Amino acid sequence: MAISEQRLIFKHIDAPGYTRDMECYLKHGGYEMLKKGLAMGPSAIRDEVKKSQLRGRGGAGFPTGTKWSFIDPSKATKPIYLICNADESEPGTFKDRQIIYKDPHQLLEGMILSCFANGVKLAYLYIRCEFTFGHKVLEKAIQEAKAAGFLGKNILKSGYDLEIYVHRGAGAYICGEETGLIESLEGKRAYPRIKPPYFPAVLGLYMSPTIVNNVETLCNVKHIVEMGGDAYAKIGRPNNTGTRLLCVSGDVVKPGYYEFPCGGITLGQLIYGVCGGIRNGRRLKAVIPGGSSAKVLRAGEVFKVKEKDAQGNMVDREVKLEDLRMDFDSLAAAGSMAGSGGVIVMDDTRDMVECLANISTFYAHESCGQCTPCREGVLWLKKILARIAEGHGRDSDPGLLKDVADRIAGRTICAFGEAAAWPVQSFIGKFKEEIQLRIRRNGTAAKRDTISLTH
Amino acid sequence: MSTPLRAGTENCASPEKGEISSEMEKQADELVTRYPVSKRSAVLPLLHLWQETFGYIGPRGVEWIAKRLSLQEIQVLELVTFYPWFRQRPYGKFHFRVCRTLPCALGGAGKTFAALQKLMNLKADGHEGAMVSEDGRFSLEYSECLASCGTAPVILRNDEFYEKVDEKKASELVAGCK
Repeated sequence: MAISEQRLIFKHIDAPGYTRDMECYLKHGGYEMLKKGLAMGPSAIRDEVKKSQLRGRGGAGFPTGTKWSFIDPSKATKPIYLICNADESEPGTFKDRQIIYKDPHQLLEGMILSCFANGVKLAYLYIRCEFTFGHKVLEKAIQEAKAAGFLGKNILKSGYDLEIYVHRGAGAYICGEETGLIESLEGKRAYPRIKPPYFPAVLGLYMSPTIVNNVETLCNVKHIVEMGGDAYAKIGRPNNTGTRLLCVSGDVVKPGYYEFPCGGITLGQLIYGVCGGIRNGRRLKAVIPGGSSAKVLRAGEVFKVKEKDAQGNMVDREVKLEDLRMDFDSLAAAGSMAGSGGVIVMDDTRDMVECLANISTFYAHESCGQCTPCREGVLWLKKILARIAEGHGRDSDPGLLKDVADRIAGRTICAFGEAAAWPVQSFIGKFKEEIQLRIRRNGTAAKRDTISLTH
Repeated sequence: MSTPLRAGTENCASPEKGEISSEMEKQADELVTRYPVSKRSAVLPLLHLWQETFGYIGPRGVEWIAKRLSLQEIQVLELVTFYPWFRQRPYGKFHFRVCRTLPCALGGAGKTFAALQKLMNLKADGHEGAMVSEDGRFSLEYSECLASCGTAPVILRNDEFYEKVDEKKASELVAGCK
């Protein structure tokens, strides 16, 4: 059975004739929801977002309505800020790029609505600088929105003022972590802040209440205003509502970005149906379901998942890898996570040592260096994996890798520690024999005729 | 006047040459207005502006930005050494960044990089960061995820973004450097 997409956010992306300018956006009903939202009022929008059960699309899946509810605009003594996190840099993820480049006004409309709902007068759009054209697209969109009266002073004569500025990052992955992003926006090194006490909702940007939301999350707000929170919550599955943008990369026939109701598709349907299966007629070996930080899943794995049955009782169910639903709770139950929606597929020719070494090189490069377990530990992981890949592995290395990784997770200020440890823990756990074999074949293994993935 | 900074500038090229135009001053002023609460927030935008104008960030850039924002020079320099996008020496007229992260690696980024390196006749010189050709025409480095994993391997040539860059396309891109 063919699985069809349900495009809400990607509705116009890649549609013939659809352009990123204001004129085209208005032709397709653009900024109508801003008008509706302004008439509804801030607290009504917040209620709808709460009812929608929308969960943040940046990686952690935290309920957006709850995040917003930490801030009460009526009681705030300091200005409230909103930051759009457009620092998309989780390996395997490329959904925000499509929105920014192809439909920037959708993002702006969602962002303006979110600012209005939370009493925000000054907001920043933090975009990674590797989107060398993206910041120009957004600057232009902001100019167009200001000229049309959707942004700036007295928006659509509602008396509401809002300024949005684009702020470019400078190539650091850690700026995707919300408190690191805030430090970066304050003009400092992006060292994440410790929580407590520095929860952004209390002590965020300039020590004021701050909301940091992902690009996709903010776009969803527009659709929630359009259809209402209850109707939105009917898309997807309970506690996993709305649509989800999924980015598939690696060894599939048709990599790309897709939009489905959250949990409306299984991992097997996504890989074999939507993406045309594994390329070159090969077989699946491993898949990372939610960006490179997510724990790897092995082909043939069967998971014990707790689920509610028809009577509402919790029952154990065995679920094959292919039958895993692509939603927050199912992937968490399988010991991994839905994360940022980046699905990386590896075929049976891939050397797991090299794949893991590649991932660990990324984290070693991107550790901000603030916490010792992460700064030192992740570099150790990289070096140990590099020596195994080069054919100088030691019998004790798998144990050592696990030991180092176990001592990073949970001992750092931010979740980067976990993000760096999880791939190592999961690859070692699930491909231990392959790694041991590689070590036993030292020397000859290094000369194998494969494309090296470690640079 | 403060004494010039030494620590952290070992890899730094000689001071940037060239005039600071009034246009650039005006742009800088506009950027600072975007941060009404704290002008320190304007460090990254000003570093971008400086690097785009002079090609790298040397002692002059650090001093100019620090003065403009009433900061200590170290508060500017520590960002130059923290953020991978900034560099302390000039790169080639055509700077190539090849994404090396897993999906691009699976798509053959290693081959693309090797092809580019050969075409540009570049050798690793022990410097951190990019390899730069002797004539200053080309430079090449690996970059972390460029967020276009579905069209691997991807590269940036200066500010231009290219997808599915295999060895053939890589040679076309080098040939297209005019």
